[in-house]
Amino acid sequence: MFSWDRFAAIVVKEFTQVRRDRLTFAMMVGIPVLQLVLFGYAINMDPKGLPMAVVSAESSPFSRSLVHALEASGYFRVVAQPATESAARALMAEGDVQFVLHLPADFSRKLQRGERPVALMEADASDPAATGNALAALQTLNQTAVDRDLGGALAGLRAGPPAFELRVHRLYNPEGITAYNIVPGLMGVVLTMTMVMMTALAMTRERERGTMENLLATPVRPFEVMAGKILPYILIGYVQVVVILVASWALFRVPMVGSLALLSSILVLFIAANLAVGFTFSTLARNQLQAMQMTFFFFLPSMLLSGFMFPFRGMPGWAQAIGEVLPLTHFLRIVRGILLKGNQWGDIALEVAALAAFLAAAGAIAMARYRETLD
Amino acid sequence: MSEAALAIDVAGLTKRFGGKVAVDHFGLQVRQGQIYGFLGPNGSGKTTTIRMLCGLLTPDEGTGTCLGFDILRESALIKREVGYMTQRFSLYEDLSIAENLAFVARVYGLAHRRRRVDEALERLGLASRRGQLAGTLSGGWKQRLALAACLLHDPRLLLLDEPTAGVDPGARREFWEHLHQLAHEGMTVLVSTHYMDEAERCHALAYIAYGKLLASGTAKEVVAGAKLFTWALEGEGVAAAVARLRGAPGVDMVVPFGTRLHVSGTDAAALAASVSSAAAGNGLRLSPIEPGLEDVFIHLMRRAPEPVVAAREAQG
Repeated sequence: MFSWDRFAAIVVKEFTQVRRDRLTFAMMVGIPVLQLVLFGYAINMDPKGLPMAVVSAESSPFSRSLVHALEASGYFRVVAQPATESAARALMAEGDVQFVLHLPADFSRKLQRGERPVALMEADASDPAATGNALAALQTLNQTAVDRDLGGALAGLRAGPPAFELRVHRLYNPEGITAYNIVPGLMGVVLTMTMVMMTALAMTRERERGTMENLLATPVRPFEVMAGKILPYILIGYVQVVVILVASWALFRVPMVGSLALLSSILVLFIAANLAVGFTFSTLARNQLQAMQMTFFFFLPSMLLSGFMFPFRGMPGWAQAIGEVLPLTHFLRIVRGILLKGNQWGDIALEVAALAAFLAAAGAIAMARYRETLD
Repeated sequence: MSEAALAIDVAGLTKRFGGKVAVDHFGLQVRQGQIYGFLGPNGSGKTTTIRMLCGLLTPDEGTGTCLGFDILRESALIKREVGYMTQRFSLYEDLSIAENLAFVARVYGLAHRRRRVDEALERLGLASRRGQLAGTLSGGWKQRLALAACLLHDPRLLLLDEPTAGVDPGARREFWEHLHQLAHEGMTVLVSTHYMDEAERCHALAYIAYGKLLASGTAKEVVAGAKLFTWALEGEGVAAAVARLRGAPGVDMVVPFGTRLHVSGTDAAALAASVSSAAAGNGLRLSPIEPGLEDVFIHLMRRAPEPVVAAREAQG
């Protein structure tokens, strides 16, 4: 027989326990708020104002009108005017610009003669979602971009086919295959999730099961505990990396242009950074459930604000600022840069430095929080 | 061994947890080679004191040495020479017996690790179970394993926090024989317990309540020091006598044991008058007896001034 009294006893007990676990209570309110803010305000599937470099040998009314029309579309923002093609390439490789517009030396002369010169737009298509809308906006742009300049004797050019041709080159991922972007990124996501969680749980488990007291009574030093706990998970992280790399090559044919040796040396840094986060959580969490919740609280912004799921440049400034703090953001740029763009050490040095800074900060917090006593 | 050096010598130890005083100006001297019993009600500060002795907690006040090392500044050195057995089983339940011991041996950087683990297993009769996971052991075996683990690095001092709680009498007796053997070899042992038979097997005792040391010395000295007088009353009318004796002049404590009653108090004359009339009124046999340790301890605790907020022993 169902007893309302027994049922009520369980309900009352559950409420009492939930109320007492303040962190769980805060998470139940905090997670929806976090999701609302991130999904509602931070994510933008139609990024605008994407950085563009213009390589132009001349400065004519036509080139100015074209650039103006590009900027007027809202999708493009000129941030650099490199003198040489190689300088433009470097900007693209390092991810400083997403587009490079090349105007040939005789652009305006040919245009005026009706020879329909070619303006070349190179796009960093490693993230097809980030460039898709901008490139779509280009399609009709050449029909009207310079119309205002075609007055007088040139008015005839307005009627016919567009006065110049706008050719698009998608670099790094010419076919716009989403998997090329997602699969290498997944490496970072999987590592973030598992590494943070495993260390957070490993340390919290010691405390929850009471083995911490025994460990603290031995001569073992905090750094020895931290390093010793972290190393096995670094190795596990490498196993995950190998699995993902083999899968991306065998199943998705993701190009691997750059150096795998460079990638694997940076992986140590990235894995260690995540482990340091997990270690810090473990010094804060009182039990394994709280450690899981903290992991989730870290993982959610990592997924959403790093540029893994949604274009980084589409986010508002505050969201980008948070994203810049997260190790996944920098790792994504590195792994995509190496695999798809063939980035060298020099192209990614800044991102690596950011990872190193994060590791130093998280490691310092973890060490400072770790107690050799039970106080 | 009476002139031996002090293994533990602390004074004025104080520890507060968020305003609550867990240990209040506690002093203790334990000679080398002694088995020193540490008694007191739950939450009296025993665990907190032991943790301060081995460097797991930092005292808020007080000074002292443990094995000649300063407890405040040299806890790293103390840890190397002390074997600490926690109240709750604190080895790894998902490691086997041998793996747990090997881990401990590594952490202490012991030479000839394998041999020492084998010897420890042999000595404690765990050799046949070496591959068994620690989590699947019964209470008595867990206790043996924990003791083996804290003896592995040949400590000079053992701190045992209620090591025999929940262990059957046979295993307890064996455990104590082992302790005496170790003490005979020169080991100093500080052991907290709630069992009176164990307290009586210690060379010396300390009784603590509400964080304060209430009595110390040999069992005899502690009993004598309490200046307690006890009478035994025996017969069928015991139950009726209990009600009559409680609150009677000179009577501090009435403890029934089936058909037997122990009545204690500090005022010998008033107590004698009260028990005589109770014995006569209920047809009981009356005889003066030596008060037991338990009588003395309960008496001490009742007499101790209870602080406004009861001291809390750190969870462990």
